[in-house]
Amino acid sequence: MMRIGIDVGGTNTDAVIISDDAVLHAVKSPTTADVMGGILAALEKLLAEAGVAADQIGALMIGTTHFTNAVVQRREVSRAAAVRIGLPAAATLPPFVDWPEDLRALVRGPVHMLRGGYEVDGRPLVPFDRVGMRAAARAIAETGVDAVGVSCVFSPLNPDLEKEAGEILREECPGIAITLSHELGRIGLLARENVTLMNASLVMMARKTIAAFGEAMQRTGLTAPLFITQNDGTVVASDEAAEFPVRSFASGPTNSLRGAAFLSGLQDAMVVDVGGTTADIGNLVRGFPREANNVVHVGGVRTLFRMPDLLSIGLGGGTHCDPDNPQSIGPRSVGFRLPQLARVFGGPDLTTTDIAVAAGLIEIGDRARVADLPKAYVEAALQRMRDMLADAIDQMKTVAAGVPLVAVGGGAFLIPDHLPGVSEVIRVPHASVANAVGAAIAQVSGEVDQIFTDMDRATAMEAAQSRAKANAVRAGALESSVQLVEMEDLPLAYLPGNSLRVRARVVGEVRM
Amino acid sequence: MPAAPFELTLDDLDSMAIGAWILGTGGGGDPYFSYLEAKQHLADGKRARIIDPLSLADDAHIACVGQMGAPIVKQERLIDGPVIASTVTMMEDYLDKKFEAVMLWEIGGNNGFQAVLTGMLLDIPIVDCDAMGRAFPQADMTTFSICELPAYPWTMVDLRRNKMIFAEAEDWSWMEKMTRKACTVIGSSAATCKSPRTGAEVKSSTCLHTVSQALRTGRAVKEARRAHTDPVAAVVKSEKGCVLFRGKIGDVMRRTTEGWLRGTIIIDGLDSDQGKHMELAFQNEFAVAWQDGEVIATVPDLICLMDTASGEAIGTETARYGQRVTVIALPAPAILTSERGLKKVGPRAFGYDLEFKSVFPQARGAEVSR
Repeated sequence: MMRIGIDVGGTNTDAVIISDDAVLHAVKSPTTADVMGGILAALEKLLAEAGVAADQIGALMIGTTHFTNAVVQRREVSRAAAVRIGLPAAATLPPFVDWPEDLRALVRGPVHMLRGGYEVDGRPLVPFDRVGMRAAARAIAETGVDAVGVSCVFSPLNPDLEKEAGEILREECPGIAITLSHELGRIGLLARENVTLMNASLVMMARKTIAAFGEAMQRTGLTAPLFITQNDGTVVASDEAAEFPVRSFASGPTNSLRGAAFLSGLQDAMVVDVGGTTADIGNLVRGFPREANNVVHVGGVRTLFRMPDLLSIGLGGGTHCDPDNPQSIGPRSVGFRLPQLARVFGGPDLTTTDIAVAAGLIEIGDRARVADLPKAYVEAALQRMRDMLADAIDQMKTVAAGVPLVAVGGGAFLIPDHLPGVSEVIRVPHASVANAVGAAIAQVSGEVDQIFTDMDRATAMEAAQSRAKANAVRAGALESSVQLVEMEDLPLAYLPGNSLRVRARVVGEVRM
Repeated sequence: MPAAPFELTLDDLDSMAIGAWILGTGGGGDPYFSYLEAKQHLADGKRARIIDPLSLADDAHIACVGQMGAPIVKQERLIDGPVIASTVTMMEDYLDKKFEAVMLWEIGGNNGFQAVLTGMLLDIPIVDCDAMGRAFPQADMTTFSICELPAYPWTMVDLRRNKMIFAEAEDWSWMEKMTRKACTVIGSSAATCKSPRTGAEVKSSTCLHTVSQALRTGRAVKEARRAHTDPVAAVVKSEKGCVLFRGKIGDVMRRTTEGWLRGTIIIDGLDSDQGKHMELAFQNEFAVAWQDGEVIATVPDLICLMDTASGEAIGTETARYGQRVTVIALPAPAILTSERGLKKVGPRAFGYDLEFKSVFPQARGAEVSR
């Protein structure tokens, strides 16, 4: 069976067919405002040009930078209410406390801090303020926000109060999108709460976006299962992905890193992926993205995500340039409207693509439309872009020596052949669709999160691991390729017997 | 000559958070939350004034504050400055005497910040010293205990504002036992004001200038990051330590018992340590490091687990499978490696039948003057 990988970027929707571990065909088509149109066009073009029938496709894997772009650009995020159960603990550090001011201004809805939560041994911290919770839910309903994030002290140990709060919110705020923190994170209240609130602010957009993916597929006649790629380079079923957009947050860059490794054959290198909106810089170590070890900041917000260590800067093919000041580039982007808005395509906006055309780096659109740009302005703008890239690359380097840099993404033409700190800029075939390639080669994961009672630790861990493995194989993983990626155990002193909660996560290649 | 007083800037708070987390040797809790709170206080115009302990009058009346409990609890319940500050006013009420300044109980981890928050909130100077020179899990593992200073009275406040006074204790071991029980009852996390000290006691019986050490360590990490050089190497150089092991965490086992976090971490070797294994045992802080069954380092030498790439310290409660780490050792203050010191903070005090053999041949074990 063949697989289709799609990357829905802010500017372009790329699609590839992978057959026998090689790229059979690739297409690029503009992302549309409704998302669906762009995917439909890409899929139809891909199947027609490759001469492949819909029933030859075994799986469709979609990766998207949609959610991360929303946060980076501070747009399309919903206002979210925050409910934290845990007073009198942490009164001086309320929800959103360490968010960057501009994002907080967009997302912070009503904040309710209530008495409740658990001790480390599972006893209640103080009795849960159920009356206050009901009142908070009613107050949230009145403000009309369409999302809410709920966190509770020690909820990874016992999710009951978060679930109860979720029920009350469902009753009082019909239709509101609810994210509960225990579903997204582990011990570490502030970081878990941050991820929860960010997820809440993106659910509405994610549901709409993923529904559009499904509709495009249906119209093309594809009946293969639809998967959405996640931060760690694995996939999940699309309906689950819609409720947890933050899990797909870094999937675009993860896919481009994995795609760059696949296309270049390099195992160790830096990778820069220039899309329409951002340039994402990461490191490949033995063919996989180098993960951030501890604290990951997303859009300036501190999280405890397990994701590739990436630096995103607002420099893509559609990034705005100020015609009066060559030093002022981005972070706003025309995004998917590049073919309408960029000057070389007859539009009114000056973008980095226009600068590249004026400088002769690439031939697209009508060069005459940028002929009026003074040479000095073009030079200064190019130098500014070089400086932005050099600075970002410098920040991401872990060694002082020059390293090879694989340039991928639709805007790879913005990467000059020589950059400070880079030994060689490597360009690969299909570079402009590297993340679609990465999506197509995404792995399958299996997870268990289960309480084992009256079992010694080693036996419980082994049992969890083999069940996670079975889940992965059931989800389509090749048994011999399955590897353990995460393992965590939490003793539950408040339960009778010798109870241990074990979480294990494994990944493996897709079985063909 | 005592050093001139200085005020912590925003950048200093950041350096201190990085440095104190490293000196915490895996314990003391992540300083981030209290750093965040200190930042808010600074923005509100409150000041963190640091004074040299050598500038204190012999009869100065000095408070000493710290959190006790399991670090994992602080990850969830966080910490509120007003609660720790309230232990000091409670002690003032109890003794009917105002404090002139506040010193740190332990520099390591989040606890390094408790005196800073208290100083900011009560507007009193913070003394540049602590009673551990690192972090330790018990009250009897302090310079005060080593020097046999009075162990009482203590005040204790929990987040529900349950308040306790421990009026008298036979010795530090009894104070430890009593307060630990109380701490466990209130959720394995408690704010405490320890027995007050005179200026003379502070000068003779603490680890001096450890706030400055944390600032220096943090700055070394930040400078290395800026220069893209190895931040772990920068710390080793700045604090005259050495690298013990490089690898990837293969297993973490943790248990919260009796108000402590205990367990072991197994590290599988990478690079020049390929094929080797290191095991770290901890009781809040790292106590012993074995390499393939052989003891490599023990308390009171500082055993620090660090993120190989970023140079960030990794706590016993945040270590997890797959992390790329470097284990380093830093020399302990001489007061801890003295004969009397080792009785309180050597490997036997942690239940290991091992002689202390410093990683650092130059450790002299100088006797403490009183």
